[in-house]
Amino acid sequence: MECSFALTGKDYVLVAADTTSARSIIKMKVDEDKIKTLSPHLLMAYSGEPGDTVQFAEYIERNIRLYHIRNLYPLRPQSAASWIRRALAESLRSRQSYTVNLLVGGFDTADKTPHLYWIDYLGTMATVPFAAHGYGSYFASSLLDRYHNPDGTLEEGLDALRRAIDETAKRLVVSPGKYTVKVVDKDGVRVIDL
Amino acid sequence: MEAISHAGTVLGVLATDGVVLAAEKKVTGKLLDLSASKEGGYGGSGEKIFLLNSNVIGGVAGLTADANSLVNYARSAAQEHLLNYNEDIPVELLAQRLCDLKQGYTQYGGLRPFGVSLLYAGYDPHYQFQLYHSDPSGNYSGWKATCIGANNGTAQSLLKQEYKDDITVEDAIGLVMRTMSKTMDSTTLGSEKLEFATLTLDPVTKEPKAKIYRPSEVDVLLKKFDLAKKDEDAEMKTA
Repeated sequence: MECSFALTGKDYVLVAADTTSARSIIKMKVDEDKIKTLSPHLLMAYSGEPGDTVQFAEYIERNIRLYHIRNLYPLRPQSAASWIRRALAESLRSRQSYTVNLLVGGFDTADKTPHLYWIDYLGTMATVPFAAHGYGSYFASSLLDRYHNPDGTLEEGLDALRRAIDETAKRLVVSPGKYTVKVVDKDGVRVIDL
Repeated sequence: MEAISHAGTVLGVLATDGVVLAAEKKVTGKLLDLSASKEGGYGGSGEKIFLLNSNVIGGVAGLTADANSLVNYARSAAQEHLLNYNEDIPVELLAQRLCDLKQGYTQYGGLRPFGVSLLYAGYDPHYQFQLYHSDPSGNYSGWKATCIGANNGTAQSLLKQEYKDDITVEDAIGLVMRTMSKTMDSTTLGSEKLEFATLTLDPVTKEPKAKIYRPSEVDVLLKKFDLAKKDEDAEMKTA
């Protein structure tokens, strides 16, 4: 089942999402990238109803890109997250709403700080030091509460993330096999091999 | 355009640590009731300088009724941005929003354009302190120091001579005061003829702090720069 994790460190945000694309009990694909790069310093991991997820993520991606083209600078993480939350909240109150859960992580180049936002399909948003969606969150929340260091180095952050992923693999009956991991910092977005 | 060149002068100077705005009021007189402009939560005395958002002050020159309508639009646009993005609107974006509206009236027949030029003094985290000017056609541009309204040519050349790139807010206030006193038609300055505002960063919160001076504060400032109206009665007595 779908799992996504994210955590902040001293000057970076780590975002991880599993790579399975499933329909009912069948795995259709095992190399799906469910983390979109919205702008040079902004990442969004998405999970939820298949179909809704990609449709909504692309809508967000293109609108954030449009703002970047129009204004020459991209939205700051805090503003982008607020706008995304609003898009979900408005969708929820329409006839057909998007059932999508998000982790938005970004690095604010204006004040050089990392930011992470936990957003669910009801339009709830919380600013958090670490976050998870899916069944993995039952293991990750307590593990990261114990092992997460908000001022940690990238290596420390990766260790904490490995713990969360390994525990999920060990204990969850329907655990996903593979994850994509991305980090965003002052230099932009990079893919990391765990 | 004609109305703007007769309107009261509005002057803006960009400093390293803030922006300064000053304006000459035209509607004055002994019988004009100015009591309202002395009180109130200060968004301005309501003729030339307005608080458009917590991070932007606007100065207007031209048809007052048109200006009021544009100020109202600017305030709505700023609040709409706050609602959508949970941040203060970037200064250039606010200028663009007003210019889009102004441009629209130059394109279609049957409607009269807004006869208003504006100065926007603002702050945002992208470009820090900024000063913009927009005209009735919907053109806008960024400035280090500029002037609109009557005698704007004289003021502009004075500013060009005296402006320095590393000017501080304190010095900018002096520059604005001196330039204003030279460009205004009247020989003596007083709070009934002058509006004044600054935008700086709060030293504690690092948030933009807009200050539109009350008439009493303008008088204190004028006295400081020795430009205040001399008390005629006092002069008579000493003579």
